[in-house]
Amino acid sequence: MGKSLIQARETPGRRRAVLSADQLSFRYAPDGPLVVDGVSVRLTDGALVGILGPNGSGKTTLLRLLSGTRKPSSGRVLLDGQPLDRWSRREVARRIAVVPQETELVFEYSAIEIVLMGRHPHLGVFTVEGPDDIRIAREALTATGTAPLADRPFHELSGGEKQRVVIAAALAQSAGLLLLDEPTASLDLGYQLEVSSLLQRLNQDHGVTMAISTHDLNLAASICRELILMRDGRVLATGPTHEVLTPENVQRLYDVEADVHVHSGTGHMTVVPVRRVAR
Amino acid sequence: MNIRRRIFTVVSLFALATIAVVLWAPTVGSTSISLPRVFDTTIPWHENVDAQIFFVARLPRVLSGAIVGASLAAAGVVLQAMLRNPLATPFTLGVSAGGALGAMLAIAFGLEVGMMGVSSVPIASFTGSLVATAIVYWLASSRKRGLSTNVLLLAGVTLNSFFSALILFVQYMADFTQSLRALRWLMGDLDVGSYTPIIAALPFVVAAFGVFACLPRTLNLLTLGEDVAAARGVEVVRTQRLAFLSTSLATGAAVSLGGPIGFIGIVVPHLVRLMVGSDHRIVLPAAALFGAAFTVLCDLTARTIVAPLELPVGIITALIGGPFFLWLLVKKS
Repeated sequence: MGKSLIQARETPGRRRAVLSADQLSFRYAPDGPLVVDGVSVRLTDGALVGILGPNGSGKTTLLRLLSGTRKPSSGRVLLDGQPLDRWSRREVARRIAVVPQETELVFEYSAIEIVLMGRHPHLGVFTVEGPDDIRIAREALTATGTAPLADRPFHELSGGEKQRVVIAAALAQSAGLLLLDEPTASLDLGYQLEVSSLLQRLNQDHGVTMAISTHDLNLAASICRELILMRDGRVLATGPTHEVLTPENVQRLYDVEADVHVHSGTGHMTVVPVRRVAR
Repeated sequence: MNIRRRIFTVVSLFALATIAVVLWAPTVGSTSISLPRVFDTTIPWHENVDAQIFFVARLPRVLSGAIVGASLAAAGVVLQAMLRNPLATPFTLGVSAGGALGAMLAIAFGLEVGMMGVSSVPIASFTGSLVATAIVYWLASSRKRGLSTNVLLLAGVTLNSFFSALILFVQYMADFTQSLRALRWLMGDLDVGSYTPIIAALPFVVAAFGVFACLPRTLNLLTLGEDVAAARGVEVVRTQRLAFLSTSLATGAAVSLGGPIGFIGIVVPHLVRLMVGSDHRIVLPAAALFGAAFTVLCDLTARTIVAPLELPVGIITALIGGPFFLWLLVKKS
């Protein structure tokens, strides 16, 4: 069986839910507030979903619940129809890869070492990465435009370079589902574009299913086909981007009056914030 | 890029150097002996004074140094990665303080209930380590479903000070000769006298290293953070439990054998990282080997530098380790 960077997309047909969450609620402390409050999500095969919401709206926590690194206080997550807690962490990691908001190292690793760590769920306890794993790691570096940085110490890289190496590490995991937490937050305009078109390519050409939390409305508008709008841990609206991304919804979400129109050059929607309004 | 070959080459080099040190160290001392004569099988044992000095008088001490050094250095590597804290040592989590308190009680109350040729002090010390481990583990796992590394650190540090106070109290109550013996034990002493204590400690050390052998790639991931590790397929809580219990076992065994010898568990891991990078598949075995050689050499210095007097080995590790480590820190930044 040949290994590849991204698992091949399964036969097209009726899109099935790869990951679905039903009435998820979560609090960090037993007596703390609900950070996620009754959220239901369905990620179908090949979907590219944006999760939008102000700071503290529960986006990051929702991604943690979906990847199973936190267990919901109530409700449950199904991966391929099976409750997530019935899967071992290793099995989950072969299906779901996560790009965290930031990665902080305590010890020094080179970029390629970080990317090779993405192969962990495919290796046995005493197995060392072989030629296949190294090839996949190199492909992942190339796909994110970071191949020249392979042997550089990770902590010496710029914010944007780090972020792309971390995305490469997630790609090296060869999972069909990618959960990204503000992947473009630390990038300049050029890399924002580059990463967003990378994500779009991975989705369209390789069939990687994605959920992306972001504050960048225009990124969401340009690549995400569906949006989930979250505020105070609840889902405010969900559906196809062109239906959900309305001035009314933007205002309900951020308390900001905004113009939303279709950009003539790119054909996707753009959001221009006008002014802050009272809630 | 061949990762397997790199691991094999680097670890082999460390192994060769360590074997050389362990063979050479017993030849050094007040009476000089020659290695060829030691291993010359044509000379009968009772006539071969060199072999007797080598195998009876000096080798047990060298071997106990190697085991203690390897255990403390490896435990340091594992704990630093697991706690994501470069300043962690095998003594951070209170295990060694428990071991020390056990030894102090045995010395102060003159316990002489040896078991199978092992005297009461190491047994009491190991028991103390196990008790401390149990207390810290219970504290760290009672607050939430997993194992809180923060609580682990806080509980360990608190237990350390509490046990240190008790140690002082026991010493204060003890008579003069007992106090002196206790103080001498606390400074570290690898002169175990025979192979029996080594053989007694070995099963625990071997068990701990068996667990260590399964950890390295997981440790790499844990240093990136618990969430990242979990997302990459690491069973975080299970790994933390295993790491804590195995390092406690190794530390407890090492302390019962040689006393709480400082600095090895922090200096050696960092020195090795500077030499070979941060991949724990290399760092962990290399640090264990380097720790063994380092401790044997420090002990060699301790017993020769002011001969015929001997210094406690803990003083040497501190004298060499402290400034060397500071120098490295300054040089690096």
